[in-house]
Order: sequence, then structure tokens, then C-alpha cells
Amino acid sequence: MIPKELIRAYGDRHNDGMVQMSFVLPIVPSARAREAAKIFAMEHGLADPLVATMEACAEGYTFFVVYGRSKHAVDLAAIEVPEVSTRALSRDEIEAIIKSDIGRKVVVVGACTGADAHTVGIDAILNYKGYGGDKGLESYKGFEAFNMGAQVENDQLAARARAVGADAILVSQVITQRDCHKENGKALVELIKSQGWRDEVLLLFGGPRIDHKLALDLGFDAGFGPGTKPSEVAAFVVERLREKSLVRGGLRSE
Amino acid sequence: MATVPVDVQKVARCRELANAIAADVQQFIDAHTTVGVERTILRAYGAEGVSDEGVPIVNLVVDRYKEAGLLDRGIAYFLARALVRGARSVKEAAEELAYGAVMDDGTGGPTELEANAAIAPATAVALARIDHARDRRRALKLAHAPGDAPLKYVIVATGNIHDDALQSKAAAFAGADIVAVIRATAQSLLDYVPEGATTEGFGGTFATQENFRIIRAATNEATRSGGRYIHQTNYSSGLCMAEIAWMAAVEGLDMLLNDAMYGILFRDINMCRTFVDQYVSRRLIARAGIVINTGEDNYLTTADAVDKAHTVLSSQFINEAFAFRAGLREEQLGLGHAYEIDPWIEDSFLLELSQAQLVRQIFPNHPIKWMPPTKHKTGDIFFAHVHDAMFNLVGVATNQSIELLGMFSEAVHNPMLMDRYLSLKAARYVHSACKNLGDEITFRSDGRIARRAVQVLDEALEQLEEVARDGIWDAISRGAFADVKRTRNGGKGYNGVVKKHAQYVNPLLDALEAQS
Repeated sequence: MIPKELIRAYGDRHNDGMVQMSFVLPIVPSARAREAAKIFAMEHGLADPLVATMEACAEGYTFFVVYGRSKHAVDLAAIEVPEVSTRALSRDEIEAIIKSDIGRKVVVVGACTGADAHTVGIDAILNYKGYGGDKGLESYKGFEAFNMGAQVENDQLAARARAVGADAILVSQVITQRDCHKENGKALVELIKSQGWRDEVLLLFGGPRIDHKLALDLGFDAGFGPGTKPSEVAAFVVERLREKSLVRGGLRSE
Repeated sequence: MATVPVDVQKVARCRELANAIAADVQQFIDAHTTVGVERTILRAYGAEGVSDEGVPIVNLVVDRYKEAGLLDRGIAYFLARALVRGARSVKEAAEELAYGAVMDDGTGGPTELEANAAIAPATAVALARIDHARDRRRALKLAHAPGDAPLKYVIVATGNIHDDALQSKAAAFAGADIVAVIRATAQSLLDYVPEGATTEGFGGTFATQENFRIIRAATNEATRSGGRYIHQTNYSSGLCMAEIAWMAAVEGLDMLLNDAMYGILFRDINMCRTFVDQYVSRRLIARAGIVINTGEDNYLTTADAVDKAHTVLSSQFINEAFAFRAGLREEQLGLGHAYEIDPWIEDSFLLELSQAQLVRQIFPNHPIKWMPPTKHKTGDIFFAHVHDAMFNLVGVATNQSIELLGMFSEAVHNPMLMDRYLSLKAARYVHSACKNLGDEITFRSDGRIARRAVQVLDEALEQLEEVARDGIWDAISRGAFADVKRTRNGGKGYNGVVKKHAQYVNPLLDALEAQS
């Protein structure tokens, strides 16, 4: 049995459990409303709740800020999180690996799928300009990057990827209302599986509400969250391709 | 009032160049129509409703005449002829055009005089509907004065128009002056306008005529109960920008997001299509007295806000020139700009202050629209609240007309009730605490703020010289705005552009053009 590693929220003393929460209740401000907010906080596991703010924020609605000591603790030893396990590579290293170990251009196709019209993420990764001073895949000699933009249907994306012989497909999802990002992502994986070429392509999933675990759950090879730099995506793709080539004893030739 | 140095001759030269740029495009506009424009005309004449399959009748008619190669005469031509042939109403005439067994090929039949006479009453009715909605809105505004500038603008985006109505009233209660309903994310690329009240939408709520009616009624209620006029805003953009302008005009909306180039750059809509559509949409907007909000703020979300600040200004001149050509007045031009510089750059606040003041001085009579930080919001809501406070400070110190309030939950989710409440509370505080700050301070004439303003105007002028030399078509192809490149024949909706016949008929557009 692994020993527990319990941690609690920290306010100003070890294990005091102090947290702040803010919320709205559909009630007008009153002594009763204050009590309701306290009980609400206690139901969330906060001991000694202090209602610091109670203000009418709309007709019939009250805004609360509450402090309290959370009774909950988290056992770090029991947590397992899959992380994209790629070592950080510089731009030069990536170019060198492509040149020496892959020996041809790496082809990637990206899109925002479904109704999503927000290209900011896919543009940051693929377009020349990149993100945060890290240039996009378009700027690499070793990459051939196709950015299909927004509102691309899964079948269009798959067809294009097939047509250009993509090594990797990048799917960006910004809109997450009613989990449409999960539906869209899963549908693409299913489509490619049903077409029988899932093993020939890397599938990458990205967006502000995406993490590696979610991507794996949906059947992708990796997930990239907010703040991801283009070089991180590039490093993942070339490393995976290199591994694949070792397993298969060589990459597909052009 | 604190001012930055503005060389009036350079400003005059910028306007001259922008006018030349718009004049070049206007030749194309005048020679073309689009499926979107023709659908707008049909709607304005009173064609409404959908087929059994849910297709709007205006789409059925226009697509049918387009496929037959007849749309170049203008749909009003065929509508008029159907009326002469005995249709008892526009609705009946439109149905005949949509479903009639025999298609009118436009030859023979009634004389031009007969056709003109048949449609003239319908043209008058269409204009009267716009005027009536405008006058009713103005009367309400006279009875209940709006708040002080900067007008506080917030968005609602639940996807369900009935929830939007509730949230709009809540926003008004918390001090909002303007409520915008964000549109469902996919709508800009739909080549039809959905019908009826809608309760499902990703990223926002569909713009439909019924939804406009519902939300307008809600904000009017808020106006009456709060005693302060609440403005209603929606989007006249995308492939249906002109149709939506019509709907907004007759449903009494106050403002529309409407930009001469936004769709081209950010939605990859074809530029020929957009230029024609924006013109007709703005003709309607001019008549309706609606204030447009242009989208230059978006440039700084893709291009660097320090290096490309001048592109915002040059685009504002261009948007203004296009708007003047469509009959809009200065008082209707809510030119957009934004607080999007990396907050961690030294003196970033000074650069923001400089640009905001420069735009204020160059467009003194325009209800300019100041947009909040979004690009550098990370999800740290506490920092974001401070970031927004600095934005509010610039807004009030430089006397911006419309201020879209920042949300600390930007980059996390669509604003919730409490997000909006806290944002409004903070803006109320900053606007009131610094109400007359701009009148109390002066900027050093040789200081950083002044020098930055001179630099931005110089660079904008330089860019306008280039765009005027190459033409806007080529400039956009080179990525002159927002670092986005688009080609003249590329993008969505290009096949909906039609070259006008020598005898093209559009009495409603003629009437709108005659007024200015």
C-alpha cells in the first residue's frame, strides 16, 4: 500500500483549509439569504463559513462571497495523470530530426471542426506567426502544414488529410457548450477508424478546455491545452513519428 | 481636456485616400448584386415564412432565379411583374415566384411603367416600416434618457433567447446601457436566416426576426422600469448581413455590428460578396438611424497590438469612407478599437491611452467603441479584473462613447450573471471616480503619449497611401489588415455574386440612395 500524501488548501497556516467561493443564489438579500449562503457553503464542505459579501446583483438574485475552511484533503499518492511525455526540443533540434531520421517533409493538416468558428488556437500552432514568440509549423522547413480554418466538417478534414498523405491531424475546439467538442472529436476518431487508417496517422486534439487525459479518452494520441507552443506540438509529432519508424523499421516512403 | 498632437492636414489626407479606396470599390458594388441583397429586397417587400422543409421562401425564390440565370434583372423586377399579372399581395407574388409551374423569363408581358406602378406601393410600405420603427425607438429614448458616456455595453450569450431576455434585464438592473446578444458561432456562414424563436445555439443565440422581437420587448421593459434607455445590439455580418440589417431596422434595434471588411478577414467570406452586401446593409442602417459598430478591435487579436496599431486607424478611415458612401452620418459610426496590448510591456497603459485619445480626436462626432482586453486574459480572474479596471480608466479619461466592458471570466466561459454584475460595478466605480479626469490633465507635448500618437497617425497615413496605390483588393491579398490574406475570388459566398443587367431593377435601393 502506498502511503498517503494528504494535502489541504492553504490560507495562512498549514492545513487551515481556507478557500474563497463566490456564487449567486436566486433570492433577494436578507438575513435568511445570508443563512442560506452559509448552509450552501457548509454543504460544500466549508467549516465556519464567513459571508463576506451579500449584494443584490439582479432583481431577485444575490451575489455572495464566502470564506471558509474546507474540510477536504487530497491524496497526492492516489493521483495518476497521463502527461504528454515528449522532451522539449528546440526548433533546430526538430529540424535536424526531420532531416536525419525522417528524411522528408512531415505533413500536418489542422482545422477547427464542426460549428466552431474560432481559429485562434489552430492559427497559433500552424500559421507562420505562431504564438508567444514561438513560430508556427508553417515556418519549419521540415513541415508542410495545411490549415483548413474554421467550421470544417470531419469528413472534409479526413478527406483532405488522406489526399495530402498527412502524418498528423490537428483538431482545435474552442467552443465547448454542451460538450460539442467531445462529440466532434470522438466523431473524427470513429470516422477514421471506420475508414481503416487510424494506425497511419497521429491525431492531436487542442483547445482551451482540452487536456491530454480527455484527448486519450476520446481516442486521440495527445491533447494540448491552453498556452501550448507550436514547438511542443512539433516535438511531439516528430518524436512519435521517429518511434513509429523504429517499430516499423522505416517510415512510409513518399 | 488632455489632447495629443494631431496634424489636421495628415488627417485630411487620410480621409482623401480612404475615399479614393472606397470609390474604387464602389464601382464594383454599383455593378453587382448578390443573393443576400436580393433576399433582403424580397423580405423588405413582405415575403416571409418558410417552406414545408423549413427553407425561407426568400431563399427559394432567389435561388430559383439565380439558377435560371435571371437574377441579374433584380428580384423586384419579377416581383413587380407577378403583381401586374394579378398576385393580390407581395406574399402571394413571392409564392408564385417560388413555386409557380411556369417561370417568368422576364420577356414580354407588362411594360416597365406598369411594373413600376405595381411595385411602388410596396416600396412605400417597406420604407414606412423602417421609419415607423425608428420613430418609435426615438420616442422611447426621448422619454427615457440614456446613461452618460461611456455607455456600458455588455453581452449575453446563453443560446436561448428567453434566457437572453432574462439576462438582459438583469444587466440593465446592474447598470448596463447596451445589451448585445452574441450570435451563434456558425451563423455568419449560413446563407439563410433561421426562422422563429430559438432556444439552442452554440456560443450564442441565432439572429432571427422573432428573436429580435423578443429581446427588444425585454429591453424596452427594462427601459420603462428603470427609467434609463437600454440599447439593443445584434450582428449584421456574415453572408446575411443585409437581411439582418433589414430585420434589425424594422424590429427597432439600436446598434449593429457591421463592418466593411470583418467578414473577409475573420470569416473568410469572399470580398466581392462582402463589399456589395455591406453597402446594401448600410443603406438600410442609414435610413433606420442605427449605430454601427465596426470591428477593427479584432485586428489586434491576430496582429501585434503595438506594431500594428496603425492598421486599426487606417481601417477606421476606410470603414468611415464606405459608410459615408452608403449614406451613414458621423453620429452613426461606432468605429471600433481595443485595449489589447500585452499588459506586461512597460508603459503599455501609456500606449493604450495614446491610441484611445488619438481616435477620439480624429473622430470627434462618432460614437466610437472602446473594446476590452481579451487576448491577454488567461483565466486568472483576479488579475483580469484589475486589467479591466485599467481599461475602464482609459475609457473614461479619453471620453469614449461606447465601452464594451471586459469580463474577468474571458477565456473561461461566456459571461455569467455575477461576472457581468461585478464588471458593471467596477466600471461604474471607475467611470464615476474619474468622471472629469480628462478635463483636469494634460499630456506633455513632447512626452511618450504624444510621440506615440504622432507615430501611429504617420504609419496609418503611410499604409493608406499604399492601399490607395494598390487598391484594397490587392492590399487584402497581401495581408495589410490583421495579418490575414484573402484573394479576390476566394472565400465563401463568391458564387452568390451576380453582375447586374443593364436594366437591373431595385426600386427600394433606389429610394434609399435618393435620400442622401
